[in-house]
Amino acid sequence: MPILEVRGLSKSYRQLGGDITLAIGDISCQVEAGEFVSFVGPSGCGKTTLLMSIAGLIAPSAGQIVVKGAEVKGPPPNLVLVFQEFNKSLFAWRSVLGNVLFGLHARGEHSRATGTKGETLIELVGLKGFENHYPWELSGGMQQRVAIARALAYEPELLLMDEPFGSLDALTRLELEDTLLRIWEELGTTILFITHDIEEAIYLSDRIWVLSRRPSRIIEELRIEFGRPRNQIVTRGAPRFMELRNEIYRLISDGGMGETN
Amino acid sequence: MKSINWTGWLVFAAVVVVWEVAGRSSPAVQFYIPPASQISGSLIQIIASGEIAGHVGTTLTRFVAGYLIAAVIAVTAGILLGYFPLVHSYLETLIEFLRPMPSVAIIPVAILLLGIGDGMIIAVTVYASLWPILINTLDGVRHIEPTLIHTGKTFGLGRWRILKSIILPAASPYIMTGLRISLAIALILVTTAEMIAGGKGLGFYILDEERSLRNSNMYAGIILVASLGYLLNRLFLLGELGLMKWRRGLVAEEVQ
Repeated sequence: MPILEVRGLSKSYRQLGGDITLAIGDISCQVEAGEFVSFVGPSGCGKTTLLMSIAGLIAPSAGQIVVKGAEVKGPPPNLVLVFQEFNKSLFAWRSVLGNVLFGLHARGEHSRATGTKGETLIELVGLKGFENHYPWELSGGMQQRVAIARALAYEPELLLMDEPFGSLDALTRLELEDTLLRIWEELGTTILFITHDIEEAIYLSDRIWVLSRRPSRIIEELRIEFGRPRNQIVTRGAPRFMELRNEIYRLISDGGMGETN
Repeated sequence: MKSINWTGWLVFAAVVVVWEVAGRSSPAVQFYIPPASQISGSLIQIIASGEIAGHVGTTLTRFVAGYLIAAVIAVTAGILLGYFPLVHSYLETLIEFLRPMPSVAIIPVAILLLGIGDGMIIAVTVYASLWPILINTLDGVRHIEPTLIHTGKTFGLGRWRILKSIILPAASPYIMTGLRISLAIALILVTTAEMIAGGKGLGFYILDEERSLRNSNMYAGIILVASLGYLLNRLFLLGELGLMKWRRGLVAEEVQ
């Protein structure tokens, strides 16, 4: 049984003027447990809407989302979403450790082991020594690490990430990609990742779905055969990497052309 | 906190000196504006004799009662109105009409309904202190980043726990602002109401001494109310600093 199944999902919005915009045309896909999958597509193609729907935060206009065999009606348990605007998702009144432990506390875990788990994750994302700092004392890259550690501490079976590295500098980004992959392999969780960075998607994923412009649908599914662990220099330097990059780029540009209704 | 503001105290001392000199310029002036030394004498005398303690106690009790009741009602109402936009839209016009009205205008109504005494004074204080707390709490709840609420939801929090562990702390800086504004308002209203129908309390004392032509005592009473306001404000800031540790670096400058 797939951990996530999206069946014929579509979502339309009524704009202020009363016009109806179709954000998601028709999306169907399946994610197996333990996979790392990504959606890539042009900006404004409804990627965030898609993730919010899967997270049970907004209701789809049509279609079904099934997580672990149960249809999503509200936020499903064992699913966590890392928001694109990570700085807005941190609790300013909680320390780094307090933020990381938020999900565990929410689940009623208050033991010593809980605290240790939080500290371990803080170390894993490279924030050791900042446990008692408040989010506003940290840089953007560090704040995003907090948001990621908070999500991972919850040990979700399905982790949704909405362009989590979008606003970070290039170096921090590469480093966090590797951190994420390492933790993902260690925890065996399933990750559904959204990005508009084609190379990032190839580097991270087992499978990639390329989305068209609005109203979005899946143009193509690609399987990324690179072995793991991957390496920023070796993997990205492989000729196949370039081929994939060009192929996806072409798909996105072409897909966009035909969809400008 | 910053070290003592010496220049500020120097200016304060200069005003006292000018007051002293002016007060001594002629007997006529001295009657209306007694020199600072004479007022200090009266102040020491009314404190030492125990005459004033009861009045201060009464004013303080009325103030604390009114302020706390207002805080509880206004924070609760503010959060509910912020959380349920529909309720707010029903009440918005009413609130916007009542809020700008000078609160002292309801003192006659309070006397009419509650008679003269503690109940009336506390009621008036509650009414006046409500608005800043209510409006600021409401603002705070409405300005909460939706992503915070979404985060709470994805971690499986229900409505009540989102209210308690996300909305309340996120709105707390706004709530604190409201509470601080109302601190001064509550003291103004207690004093004013006591002047009109107190029987006891600092407001009553000040007016009573003026009517009895004991002007120096009147000024001493005014200084006591001013000191009370000053002390309450310092106390509040200390409490805020303790409660809002996470904002310490952000608010350090405002608090001085």
